[in-house]
Amino acid sequence: MAKKVFFVVALLGLALGARYGLGTPISEELAAQYDLRPVVLPDGRGLPPGEGKVAEGERIYAEKCASCHGARGEGYPFNRLVAEPFPITPDTEPVEYAIGNYWPYATTLYDYIRRAMPFGAPGTLTDEEVYHLVAFLLYMNGIIEADEPINQKTLPQVRMPARELLDVDPETKRRFPWLTLP
Amino acid sequence: MDRRKFFRLLGAGSLFGLLKARAQTPPWDEETFAPTKTLGAPLSEYGSRSPFEEGVVRYISPNLRTRHSGADFAPLERLEGVITPNGLHFERHHAGVPQVDPKSYRLVIHGMVERPLVFTLEDLKRFPSVTRTYFIECAGNGQNGYREPPDPNLTATRSRGLASNASWTGVPLALLLKEAGVKPGARWLIPEGMDAAMYTRSLPLEKAMEDVLVAYAQNGEALRPEQGYPVRLVVPGWEGSIQVKWLRRILVTDQPAMAKDETSEYTDVMADGKVLAFTWVMEPQSIVTYPSGGQVIKPGFHEIRGLAWSGFGRITKVEISLDEGRTWRQATLEAPVERYAFVRFKMPWQWRGEEVVLWSRAWDEKGNTQLTREEFFRRWGKNNRYHYNAIQAWRILPDGRVVNGDRPLGVRAVGPVGGCDGEVFDG
Repeated sequence: MAKKVFFVVALLGLALGARYGLGTPISEELAAQYDLRPVVLPDGRGLPPGEGKVAEGERIYAEKCASCHGARGEGYPFNRLVAEPFPITPDTEPVEYAIGNYWPYATTLYDYIRRAMPFGAPGTLTDEEVYHLVAFLLYMNGIIEADEPINQKTLPQVRMPARELLDVDPETKRRFPWLTLP
Repeated sequence: MDRRKFFRLLGAGSLFGLLKARAQTPPWDEETFAPTKTLGAPLSEYGSRSPFEEGVVRYISPNLRTRHSGADFAPLERLEGVITPNGLHFERHHAGVPQVDPKSYRLVIHGMVERPLVFTLEDLKRFPSVTRTYFIECAGNGQNGYREPPDPNLTATRSRGLASNASWTGVPLALLLKEAGVKPGARWLIPEGMDAAMYTRSLPLEKAMEDVLVAYAQNGEALRPEQGYPVRLVVPGWEGSIQVKWLRRILVTDQPAMAKDETSEYTDVMADGKVLAFTWVMEPQSIVTYPSGGQVIKPGFHEIRGLAWSGFGRITKVEISLDEGRTWRQATLEAPVERYAFVRFKMPWQWRGEEVVLWSRAWDEKGNTQLTREEFFRRWGKNNRYHYNAIQAWRILPDGRVVNGDRPLGVRAVGPVGGCDGEVFDG
């Protein structure tokens, strides 16, 4: 309770407190220009317009991803992207943690691929290409059908099998009782 | 005391033997006491260590498939005191170390704020500053402990060297947020790095208001590039992976990002099959650095030395066992004992050449301590990759060699697991 009161007071302080007058105010439009690869939230905020198709994704994957992740996502030399069982069990070895059996949110795929892939050449994929890759990887992991379109609307709706396993750390829950997973 | 008993005592100790040994080979050579007869090195603008110390380096696993994503280890058993020298602070990055020109550096705070703001490095340095000593520890520290059977050649470095301790200077993040004016309803910050992975994590606003630093200096000088030059987050007591380096942007929002590095990595697989997210606080750790794996000791006096720390606050005591946990003795903690910082523990000890197993366990101000391996794996999954803080045992063999003293658990073999300990590879 005391912590809660402290937090409310701190927030009030944020709104009303003294300021140093340092830093330059910018418009949200200017901030958006700086926001080169926007954060994608689990509810879909940050996703651009466009649509991904599995067949297109397969073509892009072969060209830009397969050399690190294997022709069918089996991995080597880098992370495996497709692996059984769905989802993992306590006996599954960490090298088998892949998208379909370990990743709890489909939106993370879009955020991460646009943000950081291909390794060594990030930022070179178009928003549309990222959608195609997300569709292909979800299809390869048995999460969606080959003809399911992936876009702003559908991606946040995709339920990942590993979401059922995910829980908040008990110590974190104790410190931040309001905290729930999306 | 009669004279005969005195001589018997003397004979039993090592002193007599030592004197005998010295009589055979001279204890020094001609050069030992000779001052230099030529001028030494001139003044230099930036000092470097003695060439005789150049072997004290971070450990980089030979098994890494890339050195652009992975981690290297601070050489804990070769360091003294509690401060990790800047060149030896452990590293962990996801897409290499970017070279950032401080003149073009900007930090943007936007999203659910009254006034989106952009700060230059100079702006950040003009704010009231705070200097504090904090450890930073990779969530994957201790990961070699998941190996089964235990690696006999383990060293203190490879056991717990993904942790380092430094004096950090910066501006409290709370001041920057106050400057921007956080809107009601905001709960989360999404800090983002300017590395090639544009690394992001989700940080609750409450923690930022408490003690998070936007740091620009490390042990008195500018951050090292591999520690986030020019600006990084320092999040006291929490896992290293949330302490975003090369900080370029903070999005203030009402939902966590569930970024790749807080879902597919840095989540913990528990023994009951659950996967835990946001395992932020680092549990108590201790590691005996002397004597430790790979070292060779001689009979006689030794000061057992080690490091302890906890993300829950201050270390209150460190205990040492010489009989695999049947009895414990309390080590001395060297002041000052600070919250969320390394503390050096010590205990005087005579080794008589018997085989012995050394354990250490740390206790923090919240009453947390370290478990044995067996107890640890009742809670955490054997295939987990992070937050390993079970007691590290060192076995001293009769010939003085020190090896990993962890006992196998008698389960099936588990190889190196990868992830941020990076002894295999990392994605």
